Amino acid sequence: MTTTVDLAALERELLADVDKAADLGALDAVRVAALGKKGRVSELMAKLGSLPADERKAFGASVNAVKTKVSDALDTRKIDLEKSALAARLANERSDVTLPVRPGPESLGRIHPVSQVLDEVIEIFADMGFKVAEGPDIETDEMNFGKLNIPAEHPARQEHDTFYFNPKPDGSRLLLRTHTSPVQIRTMVKQKPPIRIIAPGRVYRCDSDQTHTPMFHQIEGLVIDETTHMGHLKWVLEEMCKAFFEVDAVTMRFRSSHFPFTEPSMEIDIDKGALGKPGEWLEIGGCGMVHPNVLRNCGLDPEKYQGFAFGMGLDRMAMLKYGIPDLRPFFGGDLRWLRHYGFSILDQPTLGGGLSS
Amino acid sequence: MKFTLSWLKDHLKTKATVDEIATKLSAIGLEVESIEDPAKKLGAFTIARVVEAKQHPNADRLRVTQVEIEKGKPTVEVVCGAPNCRPGMLAVFAPLGTFIPGSGITLEKKPVRGIVSNGMLCSLAELELSDESDGIIEISRDHADQVGERYIDVFGLADPVFEVKLTPNRPDCTGVRGIARDLAAAGLGTLKHEPRITGVEGTKDCPAAILLEFPKGQENACPVFAARGVTGVQNGPSPEWLQNRLKAVGLRPINALVDVTNYISFDLGRPLHVYDADKLKGAVRARLGKSGESFIGLDGKDYKVDETMCVIADDSGPLGLGGIMGGEASGCTDTTSNVLIESAWFDPLRTAATGRKTGIVSDARYRFERGVDPQSVIPGLDLATQMILKHCGGHPTKSIVAGKVPDARETISFDLGRVEKLTGVALDDAEIRTILETLGFTLTGKGQLLSVAVPTWRPDVHGPADIVEEVIRIAGLDRVKSVPLPRLHGVTQPVLTERQKRSRRARRALAARGMVEAVTWSFLPRHVATAFGGGSDALELANPISTDLSSMRPSLLPGLLTAVERNRNRGSADVALFELGQAYRGDGEGDQFIAAAGVRAGSARPSGGGRHWDGKAETATEFDAKADAAAALAALGLDPAKAQITRDAPAWFHPGRSATLRLGPKAVLAHFGELHPDTLKTLDVAGPVVGFEIFLDALPPEKKKTRARPPLAAADLLPVRRDFAFVLDRAVAASDVVKAAASADKALIQSVTVFDVFEGGALAAEGKKSLAIEVTIQPTSTTLTDKDIEALSQKIVADVKKATGGEIRG
Repeated sequence: MTTTVDLAALERELLADVDKAADLGALDAVRVAALGKKGRVSELMAKLGSLPADERKAFGASVNAVKTKVSDALDTRKIDLEKSALAARLANERSDVTLPVRPGPESLGRIHPVSQVLDEVIEIFADMGFKVAEGPDIETDEMNFGKLNIPAEHPARQEHDTFYFNPKPDGSRLLLRTHTSPVQIRTMVKQKPPIRIIAPGRVYRCDSDQTHTPMFHQIEGLVIDETTHMGHLKWVLEEMCKAFFEVDAVTMRFRSSHFPFTEPSMEIDIDKGALGKPGEWLEIGGCGMVHPNVLRNCGLDPEKYQGFAFGMGLDRMAMLKYGIPDLRPFFGGDLRWLRHYGFSILDQPTLGGGLSS
Repeated sequence: MKFTLSWLKDHLKTKATVDEIATKLSAIGLEVESIEDPAKKLGAFTIARVVEAKQHPNADRLRVTQVEIEKGKPTVEVVCGAPNCRPGMLAVFAPLGTFIPGSGITLEKKPVRGIVSNGMLCSLAELELSDESDGIIEISRDHADQVGERYIDVFGLADPVFEVKLTPNRPDCTGVRGIARDLAAAGLGTLKHEPRITGVEGTKDCPAAILLEFPKGQENACPVFAARGVTGVQNGPSPEWLQNRLKAVGLRPINALVDVTNYISFDLGRPLHVYDADKLKGAVRARLGKSGESFIGLDGKDYKVDETMCVIADDSGPLGLGGIMGGEASGCTDTTSNVLIESAWFDPLRTAATGRKTGIVSDARYRFERGVDPQSVIPGLDLATQMILKHCGGHPTKSIVAGKVPDARETISFDLGRVEKLTGVALDDAEIRTILETLGFTLTGKGQLLSVAVPTWRPDVHGPADIVEEVIRIAGLDRVKSVPLPRLHGVTQPVLTERQKRSRRARRALAARGMVEAVTWSFLPRHVATAFGGGSDALELANPISTDLSSMRPSLLPGLLTAVERNRNRGSADVALFELGQAYRGDGEGDQFIAAAGVRAGSARPSGGGRHWDGKAETATEFDAKADAAAALAALGLDPAKAQITRDAPAWFHPGRSATLRLGPKAVLAHFGELHPDTLKTLDVAGPVVGFEIFLDALPPEKKKTRARPPLAAADLLPVRRDFAFVLDRAVAASDVVKAAASADKALIQSVTVFDVFEGGALAAEGKKSLAIEVTIQPTSTTLTDKDIEALSQKIVADVKKATGGEIRG
């Protein structure tokens, strides 16, 4: 029997082919040529059946050994070739990572300072049990003045610089509210005490100069029950200022004043220490105990019910807290101003997380 | 209201300093606006004597003088250029280092043409006391023994001047005495007694009859008019102290008769008027004006009067406006020898109305419109008579009192416990009583329940709350201590209404899309309001601050659009702004609505504006506006897919590139689209600009949601996706195709998306377009066979064809 196949030579030849394969394609060709269906090693295995039984076992073992060696070599070579192919690919895949990317829309959008400060103030007053009440800008004389104990010829009306609409056929004329106090009236008319509300919103005065605009924002507060007194008023304002300006303490003083709708009436001053300038007093609003006539006008018995009201400028509070120098640009829609003084959508004021941090 | 320290001390015995007085005034409601202390400005100027004056060797117009600046001390050498400088005269001297207010310089030791001047002799202009700069001040020899003393002391100019901003409720403090009374009550001294006035009533008849002639029901215009004559007076300048006081509070001295009335007006808050009795014709009448009448006021201006005004008239017509201003023709001059003094009471409301109508601002109006003490009619008349007799001589006549002093005395029953109930401050009953009594209230009754008679000079006090204010402002508001407001709930409860919550969410949702929130005016120019469906007469302001801010806005868009243009003019071409706020359909209560509107111009798209290496800077389109509106609606709790899209946006939008989002035929949720070029032209805004406006009030109320989520329905079987391309008429809406496809099998078809639209090429010529959709089919219970899917595909094609006429593309 001529089984003089030189297995050793075949093995050498095949291993050399494996080594020579320059890429994965060539390596696969080597694999097919050696181990494929018609490969040289496979053909030897196919011959096995024709061999005498006594030779078959030994020859089979020898061919198998060659097959294993070649197969292992192919695997090893394949891994090497894959590694270098990847390395070559990666070496080629290179981007200029210094190119700028677009900022996301969430970083471009802004919340107006007035909206932000209102959200802050609502947070604070919500914690003290105040609901948020709203009302229309176009009001009647009765709601803006009459019910607030400011009769037609009262000198206090002159201080309000009211915008009026043209008179109706019946002689009445509507106006733009000069304060959000009509919202207090609407609340008291609708709701029995106890009442705790804040009334934020746009108000209008025909006045325009460096520090006044014909439209601005006010926030008023109202508490009515049977026991609330000036001590509570002082506490609420102090707590509000502490929380709003995010300081540990605020020095506040009342100065006696006069508003037709409160009695006693006071101006509210805070020490500018809360804003980093101690020793100077700053007027931040007016307040007082709701006038008995106002309660009576709303159908509440002043012998039974009492409480306080206060009012402050929301725009002014924003200016004080965030160091915004002028009022006029609040309403100018200037993108430079809005981007600079506006707030990110992620700045959601909460008491737990801090109003401005 | 202005007054000086010495004037205050006429009424108040006090040792308090200027600062103590100022602090107390502000604390008790008399807000000090300014304090002017002349000593700070003029304290360095002294009386000096020019001993010798020689010609300056190097200057024709200058003299070298020796000046005695302290009695018996060596003279100092001063160079002076005044023509009236001569030996022996008394002058005003400023030493080196003095700041000269009139010239704004500080005197330094330096030579004047070679000779060092050791100070300066001053003119009135240099002291800012008058415009007189023709020479140095010449002081009368009467002051020869006051050389070395302060000029302001010698001439009574040292008095600090307070200016107090009075609230409209305090007529009593329009007189120095009222201010003194408040300070005394607040513990800063004691109020001096007013001396009794006697010997002012004469025996001869008053030079004119006084008549009150008002129609029934209007008598309150002037319910009392008291008058007295003084005959044979010698008018002329009033004494120096009186002139100085008037000048200190900003009044110009006129003559003694007029100055006396002005003095009493400031001293007691009691305005008076003096007439030259010889210029009066017939009786003096207080009556309502008649249309067509007029008079020349003391200020020389012609004033028309009408039937609403209270005039003082004689037979020749109106002499002046009662409580506001007298007339030139009947006024007192230096030659007046017979005077008629008027002390009357005028209705505050009528006085205020007349004052506003005529525009006259006078010290009398200031007092009468606040409410002068009616009980001061007679004392005021007597004091004026006394002062006129003292300074002008003459003989008083009998007085006349026409009408009756109104009885304004009010009595309030007051529970002392009310003070603590309203203020939270526990005060001793005795302290409360003392405060009220010092303020002039009369208390009767013992124990807690008092009867409190209000002084007639306090027309603002009507009830217990007013009395509490008096007590606490005088006791000191610093005694009010903070008391925590009782907490209503352990943990804070939500307080916002649904609309408030929605507004908050919409605001953050729009900002999250890269838009910047603006707050623009509620009013617009009328033609702009008209261009957005507004501009009605009812929403037009009668007294706008300018025509640019005259009409209430019907929409938030115009304010944003003009802001876009302003930003462009500042160099920002890519603008994305939004606003959330109110607009107005009419002037009724329900006509105000809340809208959220936004605009995009240039390449300000949600993915970012401006040129970028990553892609082209595409101009924002109506689809960006649609996406903004949809995002905001989603944030407001409404599934935007549920809204119908109709092609009927208002006229201010581009007719082909805009739409309305609505729920049913009535509920308009929003408009979006490109703005109409004509509208932009009206606003002077360059196009294109896209925008949207959402009406928050049109949204249905949010359904009460259960907090627990429904179970997740995730199918185990893989979804199958199939693409279809249809050729359609160009006018066919993509939404109709999507709807038809989705309805082919509502159970199996999970979603339909449009992934391609092509309107160009050969299709365009035929008026057609191609639209490609991807249909996602989600088998639920069993896997679909090829046959099942084929059948469904056929149905989709057939349904789309039926609904839209679209043919499947071969």
